[in-house]
Amino acid sequence: MGIISRAFQGRPRDHDENLPPGQYLVHDFPVLSAGPTPRVPLDRWEFAIDTAEGQVHRWSWEEFLALPQETPTVDLHCVTKWSKFGTEWKGVSLDVLMEDVESAAEYALAYSYGGYTTNLPLEDLLDGKAWIVYEFDGEELAPAHGGPARLLVPHLYLWKSAKWIKGIRLLNEDWPGFWETAGYHNYGDPWREQRYQGD
Amino acid sequence: MATVTEIRQETPTARTLVFDVPGWPGHLPGQHVDVKLTADDGYSAQRSYSIANGDDGERVELTVQQVGDGEVSPYLTEVLEVGDQIELRGPVGGWFVWRPHSSPPVLLIGGGSGIVPLMAMIRSRGKSDTPFRLLYSLRDPGQLFYARELEKVTAGVEVAYLYTRTAPPDAGRAAGRIRAADLVAYGWPPETSPDVFVCGPTGFVEAAADLLTELGHDPAKIKTERFGPTGG
Repeated sequence: MGIISRAFQGRPRDHDENLPPGQYLVHDFPVLSAGPTPRVPLDRWEFAIDTAEGQVHRWSWEEFLALPQETPTVDLHCVTKWSKFGTEWKGVSLDVLMEDVESAAEYALAYSYGGYTTNLPLEDLLDGKAWIVYEFDGEELAPAHGGPARLLVPHLYLWKSAKWIKGIRLLNEDWPGFWETAGYHNYGDPWREQRYQGD
Repeated sequence: MATVTEIRQETPTARTLVFDVPGWPGHLPGQHVDVKLTADDGYSAQRSYSIANGDDGERVELTVQQVGDGEVSPYLTEVLEVGDQIELRGPVGGWFVWRPHSSPPVLLIGGGSGIVPLMAMIRSRGKSDTPFRLLYSLRDPGQLFYARELEKVTAGVEVAYLYTRTAPPDAGRAAGRIRAADLVAYGWPPETSPDVFVCGPTGFVEAAADLLTELGHDPAKIKTERFGPTGG
């Protein structure tokens, strides 16, 4: 426990076991991005997975929509301290997208329209832990929130859920992404409060 | 651990807190800190605030705007007194920063309390010959931060005030939200490849960044920082 802040009371305590340390609950959906919001026309949209062995798997928007869909309901935790519970999404599980991808890679680098990147171990994308989503709360995903489609990896801080996703590169070694090279934690587990380098 | 050494009221609902932070490693303009408050039962709340001053030894200044239903900002704007101590962590963030050795012209676009990290950049400019232009969007003259200091910045820093609701009679611009004409009149043309920093509430930043890209500014040169409505 830190030093006591004189006369600080704070909000009524939630004691919510679903709230990671240092987080507070919001009911709106704040937007945080490092630059302008890219606009990606659907007829030019494409999602790709490229393997460390040099194979590329591509999906157009129509091909992507034809894949089996899931509707995950998940809690979001942003490194800027807000958490939002019970968000409803629609999209395709990475397990489906990775089904025919053969690779010995252990790491992944997600990259986006607009140039954003974020890295994570490949296993954090598999076994029902990650999706490429294009609907939020029953409506198409707004550009400010990452539309047409974004990565959703809710068990890590939200900066890992790359907006405007363009592809995932599979790698034999770990390549730190945008925030990971700007002082933020390489892995970003909210439950271990891995916000910044050194946490 | 930070000790409050001075407090300056900026507006009726915002004030600048000056801290002495022993061991502070220094910072770049645009970076922020995490403030952590702890109640006597161990409950704690953390929020991020932009640093308002340039790198200045162990001195760190924050300007905090009170958020109506906020948990941390009302404490910082109303309760905290000179001599009090709080926990500060930082500096944080290596993207939304201006590095004083960079040479292109600088375009700063701030909405409301989004002026704070931009002010740190102006204060860090010092004797650099990088020309700055600031577009400062605010609701009315009563919301102005750093009034006397902005009045005095002249050589190399041009300031335009964009009042959104009530403009003073001599403003020379009708009150209203930021528009393309403002960027043309008071900004830098895209051909000069300025380093652009946009900070403010989400709607403001989205609007300004969209206008900039429509005018032909390279999206890669536009850095944004959004203050959510829940930032308090």
